[in-house]
Amino acid sequence: MTWIISILNIFANPLFYKITLTAATPFIFAALGGVFSEITGVVNIALEGIMLVGAFVSIVFTYLTGSPWIGVLMAILSGLGMAWLHAWASIRWYGNQIVSGTALILLAQGLTGFLMEPIFGKPGQTDFIGRIKDLNIPFVKKIPFIGEILGELNPLVFIAIALVIFSWWFLYKTAIGLRMRAVGENPEAADTLGINVYKIRYFGVLMSGILASLGGAFLSVGELGQFKELMTGGRGFIALAAMILGNWNPIGAFWACLLFGAAEAMNNQLQSSPMLQISASTKPLFNMLPFIVTIVVVSGFIGKTRAPAADGVPYIKD
Amino acid sequence: MKRKTFLNLNLSAIIIPIMAVIIALLIASIVILSIGKNPLIAYYEMLKGAFGSSQDFINTIVKTTPLILTGLAVGFGFRAGVFNIGAEGQMSMGALFATIIGMSLGGFPPYIAIPLTMLSGMLMGAIWASIAGFLKARTGAHEVITTIMLNWIAYYLGNYMVAGPLSVGSGTPKSPEIAASAKLPTILKSQAIELTPGIFIAIIMAIVVYILLEKTSTGYEIKAVGFNPYASEYGGISISKNVVLAMAISGALAGLAGALEVMGLHHRYLGALTAGKGFDGISISLIGQNHPIGIIFAALLIGSLRTGSNAMQFAGIPKHIVMIIQSIVIFLVAADRIVKTILKYKRKNRAGVKK
Repeated sequence: MTWIISILNIFANPLFYKITLTAATPFIFAALGGVFSEITGVVNIALEGIMLVGAFVSIVFTYLTGSPWIGVLMAILSGLGMAWLHAWASIRWYGNQIVSGTALILLAQGLTGFLMEPIFGKPGQTDFIGRIKDLNIPFVKKIPFIGEILGELNPLVFIAIALVIFSWWFLYKTAIGLRMRAVGENPEAADTLGINVYKIRYFGVLMSGILASLGGAFLSVGELGQFKELMTGGRGFIALAAMILGNWNPIGAFWACLLFGAAEAMNNQLQSSPMLQISASTKPLFNMLPFIVTIVVVSGFIGKTRAPAADGVPYIKD
Repeated sequence: MKRKTFLNLNLSAIIIPIMAVIIALLIASIVILSIGKNPLIAYYEMLKGAFGSSQDFINTIVKTTPLILTGLAVGFGFRAGVFNIGAEGQMSMGALFATIIGMSLGGFPPYIAIPLTMLSGMLMGAIWASIAGFLKARTGAHEVITTIMLNWIAYYLGNYMVAGPLSVGSGTPKSPEIAASAKLPTILKSQAIELTPGIFIAIIMAIVVYILLEKTSTGYEIKAVGFNPYASEYGGISISKNVVLAMAISGALAGLAGALEVMGLHHRYLGALTAGKGFDGISISLIGQNHPIGIIFAALLIGSLRTGSNAMQFAGIPKHIVMIIQSIVIFLVAADRIVKTILKYKRKNRAGVKK
């Protein structure tokens, strides 16, 4: 009974929705990245690694310049670099996309860990370096309940939501979006019609690099203000699950990200619930929650969604 | 087949990973230079750290043992057409269950306790991997996502067990020791480093996997499903059954890696027991070209890099350099045409000179 009451209490608290939104933000950036890449037919499991590098680079440049926005800008460049490597291996050299993605995740973990000591003088995690200031909207803040959710949020949260709408418009309402989808469904046919399959795929993968690195930057300069080794903690993969659940559509992926964000928020709120008094030793059990939700949802919905037909298949022009 | 390269398949299977390792070491030396260190000294320290003394050598063998098994786990999966990225979690679960069983076998002689503890680790690894296999077969959920999620669940479950039900002592969360009869005996000792028969068990498993894949009809079916699932089903081979079976065998190998770490090295379960050894399995199977014998050598390579990297750390080079080297190798194996093109270019040049 205390359980039901505590869960209801959590749902009644605007804080839960605020945490849901902020927890969903890195998922949204990365899942949109996944959509851009896979809609052209390139599987990109490197999202996890691109996020990690983005989180690291944004902190490094915040540390060097004092401006977190320059950090974000440099994170985008790093994301382009990582994504270019993936595109180069999987498009130019017809490499195995999942294996190349795995390599880039390992590269990200290795490089960020390697550079910690030379740059910050200690391994593991940095001190507080700096973060982007929350956006304070006074007139929204006055609205009861909603004001407590949206009144004071990190600007990157709003940028993420705006990008959802932009991505949907771009992929479904513009000519280049149509070409991208055509290449992902049937590259041979698209090629026959004069579409440059390689260029379109490069574009999709590079876009995914920009988006995923923003998700990483949000984790460090958006939220914590510091970098921790392996701080992405599987979020890139949860974002991939959100993309699948959202049927490779930006709007669908957005709702899925909110669901996974809610799982994280629920975990967070249950652990700190004064009624439940969760002991330190049982907290690890609660940390499983987002991952269990992801498995259940991915397995439950997968037959009902459909990947682009040429997803993961290198296009070899004869 | 598309046009043939000048290398026949077997030769290129050996040359490509070797070239990939050489290129990776070259690129990594640029990374080492970038932080103002001398890569030659770094690699010398690494080599000395891995093979410099009998103690180092035994240490390298000890580190290689679980890597052979996780490499086999991932490699077996690749042959069966599943990408088991979850060896880390399966190894952890195997170690956890082997610890629980090993703790309760005090009344049994070693010839019962040792195989039973090993089997329990394999069983748990198999069960953990089968979840992903079952979900793939039943619902089509991609194993890359489900096994990653299962890794995290295993990680937190292990943390919970050593912080709660199995917790003992203070300091690092850990479980109690397993029974003395479930520990692997020491066959060679150099100071604090002990060698157990674990390495032989790992090598025997490589041979077993080789026989299973090459000489049995089960292996044939598993490979057929991996090579072309639709054709196999047309030929009367069940995709679902073989996907689950392949994941189970793969997980059993990873689980055995965990069990042997408990029985031969730590003698208890610790949260940090797997420490990336499951993920190393991916690079090892790719360097070993998914061949059981190749995997033994690839595991030795990664094992010596791991031991050597500890020595490198004393020379001021973060041990993460090993991950960077591994990632470049994996990248080059993924896009093996890069290496093939470099080789072809060299060959052409040489042919040109001869003319």
